[in-house]
This record gives sequence, structure tokens and C-alpha cells, in this order.
Amino acid sequence: MLNNVGRPTQPMETDDNMVTVETFTGNHGLALETPLIFEQGVPGRVGVDMEESAPVKSRLGNLARKGEIGLPDLSEPQVLRHFVRLSRQNYAIDAGFYPLGSCTMKHNPRINEKVARFSGLGDLHPLQPASTAQGALELINSLAHWLQTITGMPAVAMSPAAGAHGELCGVMAIRAAHEAKGETRMRILVPESAHGTNPATAALCGYKVDAVPARKDGRMDLEAFAAKLGPDVAGVMLTNPNTCGLFETEVKQIADMIHEVGGYFYCDGANLNAILGRVRPGDLGVDAMHINLHKTFSTPHGGGGPGAGPVVLSEALAPFAPLPYVVQGEAGFELLETRHGRAKDSFGRMKGFHGQMGMFIRALAYMQSHGADGLRQIAEDAVLNANYVRVGLNDILSSPFDGICMHEALFDDSTLKGTGVTTLDIAKAMIDEGYHPMTMYFPLVVHGAMLIEPTESESRETLDQFIGAMRHLLERAKSGDVAYFQGAPHFAPRRRLDETGAARNPVLRYTSPQGEERATAAS
Amino acid sequence: MRYMPHTADERKEMLAKIGVGTVDDLFIDIPKEARLKSLLDLPLHQSEMAVEKNFRALAAKNLSPGDVPSFLGAGAYQHHIPSVADHLIQRSEFLTSYTPYQPEISQGTLQALFEFQTQVALITGMEVANASMYDGATSCAEAVLMACRVTRRKKALLSGNLHPHYRDVTSTTLQFTEFETSTLPASATDAEDFSSLIGPDIACVVVQNPDFFGRLQDFSALAEKCHEAGALLVVVVNEVISLGAVKSPGAMGADIVAGEGQSIGVPLSFGGPHVGLLATRQKFVRQMPGRLCGQTVDQNGKRGFVLTLSTREQHIRREKATSNICTNAGLCSLAFTIHMSLLGETGFTKLAALNHSKAVTLADRLEKIDGVEILNDSFFNEFTVKLPTEAATVVEKLAARRILGGVPVSRLIPEQPELANLLLVAATETCTETDMNAFAAALREVL
Repeated sequence: MLNNVGRPTQPMETDDNMVTVETFTGNHGLALETPLIFEQGVPGRVGVDMEESAPVKSRLGNLARKGEIGLPDLSEPQVLRHFVRLSRQNYAIDAGFYPLGSCTMKHNPRINEKVARFSGLGDLHPLQPASTAQGALELINSLAHWLQTITGMPAVAMSPAAGAHGELCGVMAIRAAHEAKGETRMRILVPESAHGTNPATAALCGYKVDAVPARKDGRMDLEAFAAKLGPDVAGVMLTNPNTCGLFETEVKQIADMIHEVGGYFYCDGANLNAILGRVRPGDLGVDAMHINLHKTFSTPHGGGGPGAGPVVLSEALAPFAPLPYVVQGEAGFELLETRHGRAKDSFGRMKGFHGQMGMFIRALAYMQSHGADGLRQIAEDAVLNANYVRVGLNDILSSPFDGICMHEALFDDSTLKGTGVTTLDIAKAMIDEGYHPMTMYFPLVVHGAMLIEPTESESRETLDQFIGAMRHLLERAKSGDVAYFQGAPHFAPRRRLDETGAARNPVLRYTSPQGEERATAAS
Repeated sequence: MRYMPHTADERKEMLAKIGVGTVDDLFIDIPKEARLKSLLDLPLHQSEMAVEKNFRALAAKNLSPGDVPSFLGAGAYQHHIPSVADHLIQRSEFLTSYTPYQPEISQGTLQALFEFQTQVALITGMEVANASMYDGATSCAEAVLMACRVTRRKKALLSGNLHPHYRDVTSTTLQFTEFETSTLPASATDAEDFSSLIGPDIACVVVQNPDFFGRLQDFSALAEKCHEAGALLVVVVNEVISLGAVKSPGAMGADIVAGEGQSIGVPLSFGGPHVGLLATRQKFVRQMPGRLCGQTVDQNGKRGFVLTLSTREQHIRREKATSNICTNAGLCSLAFTIHMSLLGETGFTKLAALNHSKAVTLADRLEKIDGVEILNDSFFNEFTVKLPTEAATVVEKLAARRILGGVPVSRLIPEQPELANLLLVAATETCTETDMNAFAAALREVL
């Protein structure tokens, strides 16, 4: 049977025997497509009304723009519909379980969004006089106090904009501290299991990265570490709990050893969620640690940011903290914005203005909501949930390391050996089951790694269903149903995408048909 | 605690299933002597109602530019944000999703990024743009690092009239690398001449348009000089709405544009989060930092989008990556894209014209006050006023009258005392006739 443009309307068989129906519009009921914004609109429409400009004599010099920019004109409802349709092609923590290891995809409370939009906070200009922004400075100071208390550290640099930016802050402080002592140290030790940002950051600070192997139990190899120590070592960058979801049991020895050779201990705080209120990094000998407010303290990930990465610092590194910082004086709170007084040894400025205030507001609201008791409960439930998943799957999936895990459970792909199904295939099949896949192929030290971080937000029912779904998928993989997995996802807005093609022939922007014609004519 | 689902009984049952007695048994890997026995010395949990109250009290201690006449700029500008933009970025699917590493279930974020990249490329007059940086200042630093990689040279020349935070962030970022920066002194009156300085060791020259003092300049001749010497021209734009009225950096021959996109869709929020823009020519794309979204097809041949060219990035290249950046300004770039889509060609150029008209009106009005001099020959929506006395004092006196009357240059360039009487004044579409009159009257009073 054909519809009026000659397309078949009966169910069609696709390559892997999954039934789909082709529609006239390309939509499938509630699954609605939308073209690029540049393929919509009619010149002369507008989505924002504004007053007419008063006629004035131009003072643009002779720099007035000539010619069209090429932006499409649309009305407000068209734009609204376009982005609503786009939004529905996204998975989100609000919609379902998002066990993405190392990313701490927890519930994002809406009260945090509400208070961040108060005009007395959200509309503040960074350069209005401090006398008119006392509440804002008090807020930053208060968040600093919470962060210092939680970590047991004497100082915190608030301005870094994300985790990697925080790492840069910490490692710059380390380099500045060595240089202040007249020392040139060129090597920094980083475990093999570290996030990619760690070596990239060290390189940006002019350091040579020396990778330390992991031991069989998933912790850093202390002997190898000791062998690499020397007077040219600036410090160690250690994630704790580490990226295998394990607490570095010898963390205090590691701190002592690095301090003995005059180096500093940078702790990657990506996994702070696991230890809130249970142990303070300051009691473990840490000199610097960034805190991802967008992980541990729940500021929304927003499809890839913005984040915030304040860095707590030891007494030794505090004098080198970046500008600006809030101080409390007789006239109230002030901002130290230049290298004077207490800030004379600052290593500089990392970002425009004062830091990610919008994230500070949300994080402080989150902390106040939890309090000391709730923060500790976060760590306990996050670790409880991860271990619950671990024991729910460890008879069917192999764990590269034995024993209790922290906030995330790590598995390897040895179960899949010989099935023809890969970690990637399992991940894509999870999409069809309604889950966001776990982190895969990271940490690099584990073959076909699957890193599952459930967070404290999830109920037991959710975890039970997830465990059930994973067991079902693994059984199906073992039963030889390779085609099903290789064709997954079947029910997502898109099937697997050609990433190789995208990289080989990068198309990074829309070009209008006219623009393409011009380009062809020119070449 | 409203955010955590487990009851005490459930916790017990789950612990039993795991095979441990108490929750403490899950933390045995922590060195015994470091384990916390009591709660942290912080207040206990609070209800949503109590938390909201705390923040109302903090907000009440601030004078909001949203509530009073405000003429603040210097790299962050108050603009009207359409309700649709703020509504849409709060949709769960945008707000609470992660970086789109699983493209099949992230097409919303990815297509929006592709549209963002296109919009940024179009308004800057460049060929390609990335998926955003943290802010304009960090984008400037990354642009300089990129220019050093492209040219394999080690020195960057920074205009003295570059926003001081951009200058400081760039020199801070480069201080421990093999690259270096040198900066000319700031001047609100004299033109800069780079011609004798662009030697064979210079990777790039960094200029800003409009510059820190609000002046507009055509950098076409400078671009030619740079190219003759094998250097790149980096143009910084921190009032992105100017691009609706002013010749684009691309049309001037810029090689990299580093910008701040806050003015489109992003609230001031006391300085962050904002959204860094980075645009360049196609041929330099493999030296770009940050995420890039590219078009491709799925296995059924349907158009789709993915993050691409990730072999430049830290999660693949580690210490050899083009940058250490991971998280960027995702949701702010979405707000930018939505606001820009609402504006379109018609709205964007109209908004730019309106901003310019407001600023010209205000400049004319202020110039009539005794002792007040406008230093700019040209400007977009911000200009520099020379006062007969220290600008910082004047600003405090205006604030006492509930008027946020601009940014004293001395706050950002304290090391040049000759600039102490200069005040940066911005006027955007939010500024009304009543606001301008109140400002002029108050300035008369306090001078």
C-alpha cells in the first residue's frame, strides 16, 4: 500500500530484522524531527520585539558592517518548537538512570536553579562596587568555608572554571612554589589510570609526565613510584578514590614519600562524592585538590558545562593562589584583584572576573540542603549503591580487582571473550533498554572497561531493574545473538553514527546552498 | 533527606546483600587514623523553604543592576534575555544531560552545538568555530597557544588595549610554557603601532575590537602586516552584539577570533559562567582546542551529529593534546544559540543598531556636563569618559544614589595612575530615557 507520494506505508524489514515504518514526515509519533535552524525561517520574521532606535549620527567610524550575516529569521513559537524537539532527542538524568562512571550524574535539585535566578544574585555585574555586592561576596566566602571544612584544607582558590582548569590551578601553584624556592623541577608523576586531563595539564605547566604503573590490586604501584622519586620531581597527581573506583590505601605513605623529596601532592578530586564526611583530604597529606562542583555538588552538567573547579590548597601552596580572592575587612567583604598585600605571591589570573558564581550559588544551596549529616549520607549511599551493583553483577561480569569498591564499580570485558560482542555493543544495547550507558574503555588500564557509577540518587528498585537488564543483555550476548548487539541501538533517535567519516571529512558548520555554489565556482 | 531514596531498612538489606555488617565496612580502605568519627563542623540539613530564605537574605544585600539604572560594561554587558531562552535551557533534557559522548541519544545537544558553531562562524566572519571555551579571557589564552602551534613560533604581542583580564589570563596561562607574551602599555588616547615589533619570532598579534576603551578600529592593514611576517592576527571581541553593526574580524583578515558570548542569552551572574567563543580558518582546525561537533550520517543514512576530531583532545592524546580543556560552557552556548535564533538576521542587526543609538544618546548627554569629556572618536555601546576627579570615588558616590555608573579604569589597570580619572560607560537596549536622565543628573551632583 502506498501513500500519496508513493512511499510504502506497511512495516519494512531492515537489515537486522527490526520492524520500522517509514512515515511521510520522517517523524514517528512523539519522536519529532527538526531541520537545522538555518533550513527554516523566512527573511523578515523576528522572534524578539524591541523599540525602534532613536535616529543618531553614527559613531562607528567607518566600520559599519556591510553585507548579510546569513542568520535565518524565525518567530518565537518556531524557535521554541525547534529547541523543544531537539531537547527530546537527548537522554537526561531527569529521565532515567545515567550510571556514567567518573561523572557523578546525580539528581540536580530545582531549588538551586530557582535561587541562582534571583535578580539580587543572577543579575549582578562582576565589576559593580564591592559595597553594592556584599551579599555576593559573603556567599563566595561562605562556600569557601564549606569547601575548606569538608576537605580539611586551610585555603581555597575559587576562580577555576572546571575540573581541568582546577588541575591547571593546582599544578601552577606547585610550579610557582618550587620557583619561589629557586628550584627547577621538571618531572611530574601521574598514574597510568589517570584522567587524560592530568597529563595534559602537567604538559601545559611545562612538566614532563612520568607515568606510574598500577599494581594488581588497582592501586598505584608504590615500588615503581618510589623508584621514580628524585630531586627533579615536582609532584604527583593522584586521583583518590582512583579511576578504578578504589581508595588508594597507601595514600598517606604516598604523601609522605613525595614530601620527603620536596615534591607536592596534587589530588584529582573528581571522585570526592565517595568520601564526603568520611575522610578529609587534608588529613591525608594533600597539597592541592580540585573539586568539581558540577559532579559532587550537583550543579547541572548542561550537556557539557558550565562547570566549576575550586581548588583547596595546603599552607605551603596557599600564598600562590590565583587572583582574585575574597577577604573580610573592617568595611565588610572585599575582593583582592591585584598582586598586592596577601596576594603578592599569586601566580596570576586564570579567568575573567571572579569565578563561576552561578555554580557557586547552586552548590551552596545543595550543601545547605544536605548539611553535615546529609553530606555524609551522600558518600554512604553512593558507595552502598555501587557495591550493590557490584555484587549484583560480579557472578556474570568479571571485576579486574577484588573487594569492596567506592562509589563506582569497574568490570572488564573478559566475559564477552569469544561472543563477538564488545563493550561498545553492550553500551549501545543499554540504550535500547532505556539507560544511558556506563563509561566504557576507561580507565585505560582495564581491557574493555565498564565503569558504573550509580550515585546516591538512585533507589533500590532502579538498581534492581538495572542489574536485571544487564544480566539479560549479557546472557543474550553469550547466547550468540551478535547481530542484535551490533545493530544496537534500535530505538534511539539515530542508529550508530559514522564517526570515522565525520573525522575524515569534517563538516563543522552549515553552509547555505548558495554558499556552496560560490565555493564550487571559486575552486 | 528529600534527595536520597533509601530507608534505614533498605540500607540494612542492601548491606546484607553485599555481605557486610555495617556501612563502615564499606570504608575500610581509608586509613584508620584518618577516618572521621563525628560529623563535619557544619550546620545540619535544611528544608527547601529554609534554603530559599537564606538566599533571599543574601540577594537582599546586593544592589542588582536589574533593579537600578546601570551603565556597567568592561567585558560583561547587561542585555535582555528572552524568556524562551531561559525556559528552554531549563528543560530537563538539556539541563541534566552530560557531554554528548553517546551521539545516538544526544542529538539534541549535538545539533544545537552544530548550530552554535555555525552562528559563531557567521557573525565573526570566520570559517569554523568550536563548541565553546570557559569564557572570553580563557579563549584568548587558548587562541595564543593555538597561534604558537600553527606558526611554530614562541612570542605573542598583546595590545595594551586588550581587556586587562584577557591579558593577565593569557600571560598566566603561558608563563610555564615555552611561549611568552609581551604587552604594550594601555592608552585611551594614542593609537598603537605594532609595525616595528612584528619580527620573525612573533607568532601572533592580539588586538581587541571594540577595544577596552570602547574604540573601533579596522585591523585590515595590521592583518596584512602580520601575514607578511608569517604571524597570525588574533582579534578579541568581548561585546559580541557589536558584530551586528561592525565590520567582522573575518572581513579584516583575522586568523583567529577569541570572543565572549555572554551578551547573547547568558546572565551576568557576577562574572560567570559565561561562554568563550573561538573561531578560525578551516586550515587551522586540527590545531584548535576544545570540542568540535561535526555532521555525519547514521547507519540508515539519516543526517546526525557527533563530537569529532577528538584526536586533538586530552582524553585521547593526553600530554600531547592541544589543550587540557574537557568540560566547556555547554548550557551557556545553548542559551546563546537560542537567543541568536530568536534574533535572526533582522533582530541581531536591529539590536546592535539599538545599542549603538543608546550609547550615542548617552554620550551626547554626558558630554554636556561641565568637566566631562568623551575620549572616543568611535565606539559601539561603550565609551571612555574623562572626569575631573578620580573615577572610583565618583562611582561610589553614584552607587550611594542607587546608580551603577560605569567601571573605573583604575579597577582593572591600577598600575597606570594616569588613567585614574577615566570611567568606562556602557549603554545597552536595557537602558531607558529615565535611566539616562537619572545618571546625568546624579553625575552633575557628585562632580
